[in-house]
Amino acid sequence: MTARLRAADVAVGTELPEQTHRVTRADLVRYAGASGDLNPIHWSDRVATGVGLPGVIAHGMLTMGLAARAVTDWAGDPGAVVEYQVRFGRPVVVPDDDTGAEVTVRGKVGAVLDGGRVRVDLMVTSGGEKVLSLARATVALA
Amino acid sequence: MALDAGLVGRSYPPSAVYEVGRATIAEFAAAVGATDPAHTDAGAARALGHPDVVAPPTFAIVVTLGAADVVIADPDVALDYSRVVHGEQRFTHHRPIRAGDRLVSTTTIEAVRTVAGNDMLTTRVDVATEDGEAVCTATSLLVARGTA
Repeated sequence: MTARLRAADVAVGTELPEQTHRVTRADLVRYAGASGDLNPIHWSDRVATGVGLPGVIAHGMLTMGLAARAVTDWAGDPGAVVEYQVRFGRPVVVPDDDTGAEVTVRGKVGAVLDGGRVRVDLMVTSGGEKVLSLARATVALA
Repeated sequence: MALDAGLVGRSYPPSAVYEVGRATIAEFAAAVGATDPAHTDAGAARALGHPDVVAPPTFAIVVTLGAADVVIADPDVALDYSRVVHGEQRFTHHRPIRAGDRLVSTTTIEAVRTVAGNDMLTTRVDVATEDGEAVCTATSLLVARGTA
């Protein structure tokens, strides 16, 4: 079991361990099934390009879910996130190959709040471009 | 077509009960690659103080997406869903969603606006247990590109 992170052990500027995730078409299919979001822009190039996208894109909610792992892994408790918000800035295009797309998640403590809570500011990029903006989570630490 | 500002504040009847299963949580956790044992092992979850396995923070979207279908089905909401993208998402968790929860979602239109030719609709879904315990509030901004 992971140990829960203590509020006493973090300060403004504390960095979270960086995570990099590879997202392939298979991951999109798995997420579509698990989430119930069957929008074809996440699995059909024909539909995706038909609505003006460069190709199949990842579900924004999948990217948001991947980014949350940097926070929950760090906090040591997936139930510790009390607030989580993102703006979907730029789609993650996922090519139909074995490599897929890469999503990198960095984070740091932006504020120490009352009651053992901290605000984590996330920087989420793919191919060097920011894909989520205003991504932040409030986490209740031990 | 611009959205009718009179829609703001419109609230829809509560959803049917969504019962959260352990297998559903495990599948969703796997889909976002979340490997924390608290998603799959009730003992590990209890060691962290949770009564049963807990869902990842974004699992609430599974509960609230279906609930928000009432907005899509509302003939007064003139949003072109073929052009809709998800603009923003926010979750406020009053406590983690966990296996065994029987959840009811109530959807409200929180804001409508038109910016640079894009119709924007903000919905808020309040998720509570059948017994009325507040669990989560999910706020979504939907953007219909170039329809206004």
